[in-house]
Amino acid sequence: MAPLVKGCSVAESTGFTRRHFLTVATLVTGGAGVVGTAVPFVSSFNPSARAQALGGPVQFDISKLERGALAKIEWRGRPIYIVHRTEEMLSSLKKDEAMLRDPASKESEQPTYATNEHRSLRPEFLVLEGVCTHLGCAPLPRFEVAPADLGPNWPGGFFCPCHGSRFDLAGRVFQGVPAPLNLPVPAYRFVNDNTLLIGSDTGNS
Amino acid sequence: MASSEADVLDRLGSGLRALGAWIDDRFPMTKLIKEHATEYYASKNFNIWYGFGVIATFVLVLQLVTGIFLTMNYKPAAADAFASVEYIMRDVNWGWLIRYLHSTGASAFFIVVYLHMFRGLLYGSYKKPRELVWIIGMFIYLCLMAEAFFGYLLPWGNMSYWGAQVIVSLFGAIPVIGNGLSEWIRGDFFISDITLNRFFAFHVIAVPLMLVLLVVVHIMALHEVGSNNPDGIDIKEHKGPDGRPIDGVAFHPYHTSKDLVIIIAFLIAFAAVVFFAPDMGGYFLEHANFEPAQPLQTPPEIAPVWYFTPFYAMLRAVPNKLAGVVLMGAAVLLPFFLPWLDRCRVKSIRYRGTVYKVALMVFAVSFIGLGYCGLQKPTATIYLFCRIFAILYFAFFVLMPFYSRHERTKPVPTRVTP
Repeated sequence: MAPLVKGCSVAESTGFTRRHFLTVATLVTGGAGVVGTAVPFVSSFNPSARAQALGGPVQFDISKLERGALAKIEWRGRPIYIVHRTEEMLSSLKKDEAMLRDPASKESEQPTYATNEHRSLRPEFLVLEGVCTHLGCAPLPRFEVAPADLGPNWPGGFFCPCHGSRFDLAGRVFQGVPAPLNLPVPAYRFVNDNTLLIGSDTGNS
Repeated sequence: MASSEADVLDRLGSGLRALGAWIDDRFPMTKLIKEHATEYYASKNFNIWYGFGVIATFVLVLQLVTGIFLTMNYKPAAADAFASVEYIMRDVNWGWLIRYLHSTGASAFFIVVYLHMFRGLLYGSYKKPRELVWIIGMFIYLCLMAEAFFGYLLPWGNMSYWGAQVIVSLFGAIPVIGNGLSEWIRGDFFISDITLNRFFAFHVIAVPLMLVLLVVVHIMALHEVGSNNPDGIDIKEHKGPDGRPIDGVAFHPYHTSKDLVIIIAFLIAFAAVVFFAPDMGGYFLEHANFEPAQPLQTPPEIAPVWYFTPFYAMLRAVPNKLAGVVLMGAAVLLPFFLPWLDRCRVKSIRYRGTVYKVALMVFAVSFIGLGYCGLQKPTATIYLFCRIFAILYFAFFVLMPFYSRHERTKPVPTRVTP
């Protein structure tokens, strides 16, 4: 018994007994166990393998999309707008810059290859997420120039029916509307001349 | 004949007493009944404001019972949810009644809880020694908001869908982790079948369990310190020779019998809504929700149900999305600190200074004003009012340590007044 008593008294003099040590060790071990066990539960909340597969890239055949027309497809539950822009539509982009909030898309969300004046890989093909940057509504395509309800300065573009946000034919937001940013451009690439792949911009064609 | 009947009753009585004694030896049944009902003394001068806690408890039970019956026919899948709600409404015997009780119950819950919280503000029920009662109550309120939010997606109407879309996208405003967090909450890249399924799990089991537990803790904490009263004084300071507070009466049978009348009065109003105006002109059940969810088409106007609109109005009034989310969060969290923000020692509004009376009225008006503005189409005027009301809402809390410190209060009586 003598050595044990001696050991205790040494520990007590430092103020940290064997009991303290065991308490702390048990708490740390138990805590690590709780954290470790929480990992699978927390992770089970992330998109499942099936959700990720269904959220994979989608293809679109652009050969049948006429000039001046819009196609609406669904990707990850979001409307994706694909517009085959005409020369007049492209030339309107230069003219309306003074009315825009972020004409050079500095604040807005788009891949680097779409951070240009037409916000696209190929100038004539516009690819946008149809999700208003205000509160997520789907803006309506209003390509006609200066209709009665949108005023004489309307160059054609997208109009959000929810809170009246306006975007031009490159999805750039106008000044004085609730939406803060331009419509986002998703990642995309051309697999070949006629096939657009939305949701991915890497990998082999 | 008469004597043998009395004999039977006698035997029955002694049998019940023996059963009670048997249980009491193993479980504190009689002790609990005494502590929380027959020997729990609450002030005899309670007014109508003291009825909303009981109504809230009643509505909680109503929501649990109707909710359980709804789950028996509801299907938490994107393909089936909307149709299963229509099935409940049209084909299940009395299904319409059970659903309308539940949907009206949700709005009633918030009306009652807002009034119950306002009672706390009127009579200083959050002050020492009831700080924990108040904080636990605030947690109940948070749970209630979560419960309402999760439940609102379940009918899978178009407003359900887009409301959830807007609220979940609020988390996306948080820098760095925002997008990952919204994906984690949805379990998908958009509000989908997966999201609906997990919101169902939260709505029918996770949150209700917490809610019930918190309500039990709320009442335990209250019974530990004793109920406040409209005079905001401690009835335990004046006890009779029997050791009972002179100004208190036993919770059972005195308060319970009065509460029964209150519940009946509530049920009359409640039933009127359930039977004659279950959608309350689009405020309790929004019209856009009579259409199934359409992921590619937003309803013309997205507005949350009325009980969230005070906070939604603040969100909308701020031009910066992140700042709006932070402001909204702060608006919900600030009342937690009320016990320490208020420096006035007098509890009840009856004896507090004019400055607090004015502040409380301004606060009530701005809260209702925000709620109204949140329901309106956003125009420049509405935005202006939202901002004014939001500033007043925050001023009530943030300036409280200053205006409540040197209040000119009236003398507080030692015994309760009628």
